[in-house]
Amino acid sequence: MSPAGVPLSWYLVLAAFLFTLGAAGFVFRRNIITMFMCIELMLNAVNLTFVALAYHTHQVDGLVLAFFVMVVAAAEAAVGLAIILTVFRNRASLQIDEVQSLRD
Amino acid sequence: MLLWLIPAFPLLGFLLNGLIGRRAPKSFVNAVAIGAVAASFLWTLKTLAALWPLDAPCLETYFTWIQAGDVRIGFDLAVDRLSAVMLLVVTGVGLLIHIYSIGYMAHEGGYYRFFAYLNLFMFFMLTLVMAANFLLLFVGWEGVGLCSYLLIGFWFLRSSATNAANKAFIVNRIGDFGFSLGVYLIYIHFRSLDFAPVLATVSERPVESGVGPLTLIGLLLLVGATGKSAQIPLYVWLPDAMEGPTPVSALIHAATMVTAGVYMVARCSAIYLHAPLALETVAVIGLATALFAATIGVTQFDIKKVFAYSTISQLGYMFLGAGVGAFGAGIYHLWTHAFFKALLFLGAGSVIHALGEQDLRKMGGLRHKTPITFWTLVAAAVSISGVPFTAGFFSKDEILLAAYHHAPWMYWVGTITAGLTAFYVFRAIFLAFLGEPRGWQHAHESPPVMTVPLILLAILSLVGGLAPVSRFLAPMFPPHEAGHEMHLVVISVGAGLAGIALAWLFYVARPGLAERTAARLGALYQLVYNKYFVDEIYQAAVVQPVIRGARSLLWQKVDVGLIDGAVNGLGARACAAGDVLRRIQSGNLRSYAAWVLLGSFLLLLAAGLAGGAR
Repeated sequence: MSPAGVPLSWYLVLAAFLFTLGAAGFVFRRNIITMFMCIELMLNAVNLTFVALAYHTHQVDGLVLAFFVMVVAAAEAAVGLAIILTVFRNRASLQIDEVQSLRD
Repeated sequence: MLLWLIPAFPLLGFLLNGLIGRRAPKSFVNAVAIGAVAASFLWTLKTLAALWPLDAPCLETYFTWIQAGDVRIGFDLAVDRLSAVMLLVVTGVGLLIHIYSIGYMAHEGGYYRFFAYLNLFMFFMLTLVMAANFLLLFVGWEGVGLCSYLLIGFWFLRSSATNAANKAFIVNRIGDFGFSLGVYLIYIHFRSLDFAPVLATVSERPVESGVGPLTLIGLLLLVGATGKSAQIPLYVWLPDAMEGPTPVSALIHAATMVTAGVYMVARCSAIYLHAPLALETVAVIGLATALFAATIGVTQFDIKKVFAYSTISQLGYMFLGAGVGAFGAGIYHLWTHAFFKALLFLGAGSVIHALGEQDLRKMGGLRHKTPITFWTLVAAAVSISGVPFTAGFFSKDEILLAAYHHAPWMYWVGTITAGLTAFYVFRAIFLAFLGEPRGWQHAHESPPVMTVPLILLAILSLVGGLAPVSRFLAPMFPPHEAGHEMHLVVISVGAGLAGIALAWLFYVARPGLAERTAARLGALYQLVYNKYFVDEIYQAAVVQPVIRGARSLLWQKVDVGLIDGAVNGLGARACAAGDVLRRIQSGNLRSYAAWVLLGSFLLLLAAGLAGGAR
């Protein structure tokens, strides 16, 4: 039981909900930017789990991992946005279904 | 004693000529090749003089060649009385033939290559006769086979030469297969391959009455000897080997390499004496080959073919000598044969050099144009015919007398062969040198570089029999009954003289008689003239089935069907599998994501089921 009285399970349920939302959005949405934001959502859901568990168990490992995830997310954002920008310049479209020229 | 120097000189000569001889002048090639063999000869003389009287073998151990478990095979060389005789023959006659080759090969391409091969041959032959264990002997044995192949096929642009080279090599493989099996058996039974311990162990065993391991070893080694020494049934390669340059025929296919089988049998005399069945086989094969090849020699018209069959026949004599227990006499005949047969070939080479023709029917009347060749060839011919007090007389009669004490019928067959031998050799000489020229215009005597070796060999052919080889070798072999029946000697000499007289009658006194006799004999003559159709029989019974089997079964079924099928099938299956898997790569990013989700879900599920809630 955390000091603020919010039980651990609430954090975990919230994180699971956010992750499911992100995953579902990634699968079902077609706009690349939306999909990109869904990825961020999943990453942050996992981050929330890490931080909550670290707080709960009084161990620093989860916090460290959360920082790692943030760094990766920042790098991914930089690369991902650059790719999206290029795709849009080349095709004037952000529909993911139209980007499949590497299929065969 | 630095025994290794004896084979090392020719090896050095081979390396020098083989590596830089191509760009070097002929004088350099000559100096290296002749110098190497001469150095080897001189070092042999020095070694033998230092070791004299060679009562005990001189063994030198250089390094361990193979060490595996309790097997130790060393690079060991040894000289005893038997190898001393062989060393003198190989280096002495080899030196003369090398010198002769300078003249004979003067106008040929690949001059340096020829001498490099000849020196390589000398290296392997000397390794063979000095080896102190069976495996090293086998190295020399295979090495001389390789050089024989290279030199038979020396004029490799002629398909007949390359075919002959292949034939010699393949037929020898059959013999060598038997030989290597014999060597394995020796190792299995004696746990060693060194001559001294193996032969000492054999000597302590009882004589085998039936077919025992020693008989098996003896017969397998004999298979190797029939291949290398051109005995029935593996003699067929030697007549074809005459495609090589004539000095090669003299050195490899008359004086040295083909006698390796006789040397090996003599070296293993302890094994054969303890396996009477194998020894009897040696005698019978030798005798049968001697008679068989002599009859073929009577009908041939190619001067080199006549002498090739003569070589086969004389090798048969040597095996007969060994087979009746007179190993010393066999080696004695090897010694004298080296002189007169090398001389016969070199003389034939001199004729071929003069005319550019090998067919006896197109020669005739060469006596005045090439007197030195004529007279030296006559010296060789009287020697091989066993005319009294020439070299061949002593050795042949020793074999025949030993054969008489073993089984009288062997003596009589041997005597008939002696008559045939005298007949065909003098037939060749009469056809080539007497009578009128038949279709040649220009002939010239060979240069001194060729005639001097001929003269030296002629002297050796006449007096070389005075060297008491068999008495020298007597301590190496157990004593056998040596007869001195004067009447037997007279009969065999008479057979030889009768053969000469008959040849005179047929080819000088009554020209045309030979053709009439041949016509009267009809089918029999055709049978012998066509060499008993042995080549054709082998072709139909062995070669064609093997080729057909290789074509229809091994090539079209095993290779195309099984091996190619397996490889191509594997490739086709991989392609098909890839074609199926390719469909997963739809390019649709959202379906990838769905797969990832599904996969991770299944992974979690599996982990949950397997590990449970921990």
